[in-house]
Amino acid sequence: MTISVATLALGTGLLLMLIGLWGLLAQRNLIRLILGFSLLDTGIHIVMVSIGYVTGGTAPIIDAAVDPAQAVHTVVDPIPSALVLTAIVIGLGITAVMLSFAIRIHDRKKTLSIEDCTESKG
Amino acid sequence: MAKRLFIFLTLLAVAAMFFDFASHFRPADKLSPLAEHYVAEGPQELGAANLVTAVVVTYRGLDTLGEVTVLFLSAAGVGLLLAGRRKREDAEPQEDLHPSSELVQTAVQFLLPIAMLFGVYIFVNGHLTPGGGFQGGAVIASGTLLLFLALPNAKLHHGIMGELESFSGFGYVLVGLLGIFLAGGFLDNRFLPLGDFGRLLSAGAMPLIYVLIGLKVGTELSVVLERFKGE
Repeated sequence: MTISVATLALGTGLLLMLIGLWGLLAQRNLIRLILGFSLLDTGIHIVMVSIGYVTGGTAPIIDAAVDPAQAVHTVVDPIPSALVLTAIVIGLGITAVMLSFAIRIHDRKKTLSIEDCTESKG
Repeated sequence: MAKRLFIFLTLLAVAAMFFDFASHFRPADKLSPLAEHYVAEGPQELGAANLVTAVVVTYRGLDTLGEVTVLFLSAAGVGLLLAGRRKREDAEPQEDLHPSSELVQTAVQFLLPIAMLFGVYIFVNGHLTPGGGFQGGAVIASGTLLLFLALPNAKLHHGIMGELESFSGFGYVLVGLLGIFLAGGFLDNRFLPLGDFGRLLSAGAMPLIYVLIGLKVGTELSVVLERFKGE
């Protein structure tokens, strides 16, 4: 049995999501938590792109390599790519805000461990 | 110990869920009906060679406006969180950061204009080749990062950056509104002539929108990088 590119990408994405989830659950350092979040994010992107892949398809760009009349049968789905483009940018914005929160917490407490952030603990 | 067991069980449950999904996954062998419409009609309807750009800028243009808004909000949030944090730490004076070696500085002098030009190339050609406003803006911001690596005490001109960012954000919304009055709806690109398919000046307002997005993302990410560097 041969494994297709899309299945391989899907598996990689799901594995990255699991690693990211593990990081979020098991790590106590704020930077590592943010890294876990980024891994989870990236994993989701790869899963979305692999769902949009059409077997044997090429990039959805009409140029010399793609005949416009046959484009429907030769290109991959452009919609997941566009969604992932949006998701990457928003992930970047969220990561930037999380990192600045980490900087502020480090300014105040001189530590990056989440164990020391006990103010809102019930 | 109980916590570790709990984490392990959670991961195991999620992995079982993923496995069920992955084992039933079959790669698609044809496009979904919506994508088929975009691929079949998009080139004639909007004149864009890059169909991802057609989806991002026009078909789902409102999402992209929301995306630009989210990026703006996060840049504003970073600014709010990190602004003036040096003033609080008057107790420990901030020594100047060491400039990097001559080798790095010379390389950056050579590479910085090329990186900026490449970023502009990517967003100007966003409707023809892979890339677009967000990618080009990210390349421009990586040029700024190079600058900060070589000259850690460099400062961006906040007046120009602010003006450029507001101008491009305002211009983007204005182009969207022109679409309502002169063409079919908000962010419709067809109020400018579609031009010859595959040429630089084609696809109506699409290159204009991507130039504005590229400028906005480039300046925004550069300012975010400067905030992280600390002033």
